[in-house]
Amino acid sequence: MSARIEPRDPIEAATEGNYKWGFETAIEMEIAPKGLSEDTIRLISAKKDEPEWLLAWRLKAFAAWRETCEPEWAKIKHPPIDYQDLHYYAAPKRKPGPKSLAEVDPELLATYEKLGIPLRERAILAGVEGAEEATPVAIDAVFDSVSVATTFRETLAKAGVIFCPISEAVREHPELVRRYLGSVVPAGDNFFAALNSAVFTDGSFVFVPKGVRCPMELSTYFRINARNTGQFERTLIIAEEGAYVSYLEGCTAPQRDENQLHAAVVELVALDDATIKYSTVQNWYPGDAEGRGGIYNFVTKRGACRGARSKISWTQVETGSAITWKYPSCILQGEESVGEFYSVALTNHHQQADTGTKMIHLGANTKSTIISKGISAGRSNNTYRGLVRMMPRAHGARNFTQCDSLLIGDRCGAHTIPYIESRNPSARVEHEATTSKIADDQLFYCRSRGLSQEDAVNLIVNGFCKDVLKELPMEFAVEAQKLLAVSLEGSVG
Amino acid sequence: MERRAAFAQSGLPSRKLESWRYTDLRPLAALDPIAAPAIVDTTALAADLPALSGPRLVFVNGRRAPALSVAPPSDIIAAGGFVADPARFAALPLAVLNAQFAQEGAEIVVPDRFDAGRLTLVHLTQAEDTTPVFTHLRHRIALGAGATLTLVEYAAGHGVYWHNPVIEITLAPGARLRHIRIQAETQESFHTATLFVDLLAGARYEAFTLGLGARLARSETHARLGGTGAHAALSGAQLLRGNQHGDITSVVAHDAPGCTSRQTVKNVLAGRARGVFQGRIEVARAAQKTDGYQMSQALLLSPEAEIDCKPELEIFADDVKCSHGATIGALDPEQLFYLRARGIPEAAARAMLVRAFLDEAIEGVADGAARALLESAIGGWWEGA
Repeated sequence: MSARIEPRDPIEAATEGNYKWGFETAIEMEIAPKGLSEDTIRLISAKKDEPEWLLAWRLKAFAAWRETCEPEWAKIKHPPIDYQDLHYYAAPKRKPGPKSLAEVDPELLATYEKLGIPLRERAILAGVEGAEEATPVAIDAVFDSVSVATTFRETLAKAGVIFCPISEAVREHPELVRRYLGSVVPAGDNFFAALNSAVFTDGSFVFVPKGVRCPMELSTYFRINARNTGQFERTLIIAEEGAYVSYLEGCTAPQRDENQLHAAVVELVALDDATIKYSTVQNWYPGDAEGRGGIYNFVTKRGACRGARSKISWTQVETGSAITWKYPSCILQGEESVGEFYSVALTNHHQQADTGTKMIHLGANTKSTIISKGISAGRSNNTYRGLVRMMPRAHGARNFTQCDSLLIGDRCGAHTIPYIESRNPSARVEHEATTSKIADDQLFYCRSRGLSQEDAVNLIVNGFCKDVLKELPMEFAVEAQKLLAVSLEGSVG
Repeated sequence: MERRAAFAQSGLPSRKLESWRYTDLRPLAALDPIAAPAIVDTTALAADLPALSGPRLVFVNGRRAPALSVAPPSDIIAAGGFVADPARFAALPLAVLNAQFAQEGAEIVVPDRFDAGRLTLVHLTQAEDTTPVFTHLRHRIALGAGATLTLVEYAAGHGVYWHNPVIEITLAPGARLRHIRIQAETQESFHTATLFVDLLAGARYEAFTLGLGARLARSETHARLGGTGAHAALSGAQLLRGNQHGDITSVVAHDAPGCTSRQTVKNVLAGRARGVFQGRIEVARAAQKTDGYQMSQALLLSPEAEIDCKPELEIFADDVKCSHGATIGALDPEQLFYLRARGIPEAAARAMLVRAFLDEAIEGVADGAARALLESAIGGWWEGA
């Protein structure tokens, strides 16, 4: 099995049912007993030395969670989840900082190796003293719920940017966290968000102050690592007036037989003239070719364009997880604010994806663009579900939506469920959706030029997704293209 | 009174049901209607009949009105007393209610290869005093192999009432039904119609529905393309104002290979009206070479009007071509300016632009007399504005 992120040959490297990133790190863990109760929440809160207000907020979320039912409207099927049969807290045991890479837990290093993290960054991530130096990407590696290390903080600090684990932000910047946490996704927003609010263990916090352009792309590797720990990340990004930040979220997870629950919440706040670009490559374990195992990914992502001329752009490439339930949304409050959603969702084997976006236009002259590309192969089901809502005061608002679905094979399903609501005559909404297969003439053209069937399909699929892939930062675009090829392996023929 | 109790028990669908999220039937539940009483002398209602010549089946308050009807040619069987099988509609609460209450309806059977020309089906409902009434009719229309029929359906009435008809249509191989529907119920009434259309190989169903009336209306169509090469065209338009709520819902199920479906739906919304369009195209595993297209467009003529649109694709076959489009906006001020600059008064200019907006949906209506009826109904809408 290839140990690098870049396989020698993308097709060869990912044989069917052989998840390339399927490795498990046997690091010593500190695990809370199974089950969810007020006691569990108090334990998590105590472990993290949290202030009283945060515990109260968690308990409020827990009360709301108990009042709500798991949503049933998505086009997904899974056996019932026993929320009492999960560990809600798992943290790697704390150790004093190692002096060099040689002292670092070899298991941890091996994981970084497999993740393809450059050596220099590995040392920083592992907490090696004096390893920090200027590199264009800052990584906040989330290793099963607790950020193992946060890099480049000083470089960022010079620019006034705060980039740290959210648990640390709670301690060091409580006024900011308290002000913004739950302001976009309230504690009881929906079943999974309420669960997350009650038990989130860690995640990233980003604060870009007024007028600052974040000097580098910020990046987090999310990893789900311990057996039976649902992962509940909480991410909060705030861009003040005129600020700019680009945030990359990349995901891989170890191979596993049991389904794992992941219920993250991401909140973005953009004030006047601020821009937040949030990019995701999600490649968690999708289960094997028979549909066994795989991650259940129930995520609430929402951004508030609070300020005038603010902009939030979501770009996602979703190839992993057994189940994806995810609707990165924009609340366009500020006048002339802009929301964007660019998505590629690829499902193969028995994967199920129900994903899309919500664009809620509140302010005048707000604009939104939705470009969604769904690819279904194998026996998978891929659903686009989106809402565009023009509220009465959204004078002159505009939306353009393009949803395209591609079917590969006759045992999969592709579904498009848009909701379009307008209460303002001066708002304009345009929506287009198509479903088709790879045209025979396109395939023939490629084959006649000597491309193999699989290369031809990959080429065509990449072309199909181009409008979205071009929105990704460079590092991600390359990986995303390979991921698409790898994920399609075994579906063509 | 027993019926009233049964009605209360069986219940109306709530907005918690996904297919009813945009249409709230609570005003209908509050209506508390009774079964419409028989009207002995129907001659006074002759003025309500649409101006169409030829055979005509008229129902008044859910009962046949022979005095107002014109018998169709003897080749067409137009019997009554049709008994429904509720099993198929278990998931559709209004069709279930209809099955519970419907006692009458038309059964129209056109023999193989027979061209039955045009037939008009009229529903008139009249509340005698201030008590709201309801009628549940169930019709069955069956066309034999290669048979053709143009069916014009017209609904109107007086007073406060709820009209909840169910129509089942089966088209044998090669049959062709042109279905023109005009819903001109009173502004206080409720109209909920459910239509089932089953098409066999090579059959064609071409429908145009115009919704003008009712305080709350829902026109729900379930078309199933069950034979190779069948074609369904479901077009419709709603012109609503005041506090009207109009809902066009359709499910087109492609169950057989090589079928085509087309849909063009237009909403024109003034005042505080709310228009709803929900259209789903379903393509089954076996339905390879499906070609499905759907277009939904809405014009909001006032700041308080609202449109909710949900065009859905549910596809399980790979060799298909399916698409939908939806646009929402206001009248183009430039077009309006152009017409005004040529001396056309504002109201007339707006009417012209709206008529042009509707054209794409109406153009499929081939029957001249039916079309004239549609045009006058649309023209009349502006007079009430």
